[in-house]
Amino acid sequence: MDRLKLFLPLIIFLVLAAVFFGVQRRVQTGDYSPTALPSALLDRPLPDFSLTTLAGGQLSREQLPKQWLLVTVWATWCPSCHYEHPFLVELAQRGVLILGVDYKDRRQPALQWLAEKGDPYFATVFDAQGQLGLDLGVTGAPETYLVDARGLVRFRYQGALDQKVWDREFAPLIATLESEVMP
Amino acid sequence: MRLQQLLAMLLLVISMPALAVIETYEFDNDVQRQRYNAFIEELRCPKCQNQNLSGSDSAIAQDLRRQVHQMIMAGKSDIEITQYMVDRYGDFILYRPRFNAATAVLWLMPLALLLIGLAVWALMTSRRNSPPGGELTDVDQQALQALLDDDRDDKPGAGGAS
Repeated sequence: MDRLKLFLPLIIFLVLAAVFFGVQRRVQTGDYSPTALPSALLDRPLPDFSLTTLAGGQLSREQLPKQWLLVTVWATWCPSCHYEHPFLVELAQRGVLILGVDYKDRRQPALQWLAEKGDPYFATVFDAQGQLGLDLGVTGAPETYLVDARGLVRFRYQGALDQKVWDREFAPLIATLESEVMP
Repeated sequence: MRLQQLLAMLLLVISMPALAVIETYEFDNDVQRQRYNAFIEELRCPKCQNQNLSGSDSAIAQDLRRQVHQMIMAGKSDIEITQYMVDRYGDFILYRPRFNAATAVLWLMPLALLLIGLAVWALMTSRRNSPPGGELTDVDQQALQALLDDDRDDKPGAGGAS
């Protein structure tokens, strides 16, 4: 017993070292991001909005399709959005509905971006002032929100989407969403 | 003359970023200004790991400062402004988060650690004050007596064994 007491500091050190190493490892592999925060909107309705679209029309929350969809916040000034765009195009080809939110951007470069890189969005609302972004609790672009058929936000991902993130974070959730609709 | 022009141009270029950081907001009175300053000290920049709104130059911090200013000028109460921010960014945005299930561990941990510390301290002092060993059992007593007797027997024969 006294022997054990002697080694207690070393044991505590080893346990803490293992914990910190584990967290560091998870940060490196991308399993855990200390900057990612759960959205304050989780399980709450998507904020109301009525904005002009890039195409020139008007879109409000009530006009959104009544099925699960993604809301992606992007901008031409955002480097990670360049990286994620091809994957969004791929998702759209697979039939995923994506609403674009062009966040604090200018219309002309945004239209040019979509013309050059392809347009994965069924509509893109033009949030020049960032008001919808603020209501969503956006901290930067890109961010992607998963909205279910009832219009509730179910998940928020901060950062660029790719296949890996999709398989890990979105695919299981979407499977649940689709099983909710079935019965 | 050319050097002066060059210097002037250089100064203009250098001072550009500095200009971008300074925001001048107009207030009707000092109370509004104080409330604004209190808010940007107390609210945390959601993009940054540990910076308040006043200390951050990120785009989102600028937006939130503008929002706080707008809401103060629109006559919103402190509670309304705090609620507006928490609705969008969660308790993370408050440097003094409100007490609820998610933040309980933050608030209670120091108290719990203090109690653990006090308990360990109490345990150690009580142990130090009580006599070491405690009562000897009969078996112990016999063994002790045997040792003492042994010692007494040895002494005369061994002759000065230390």
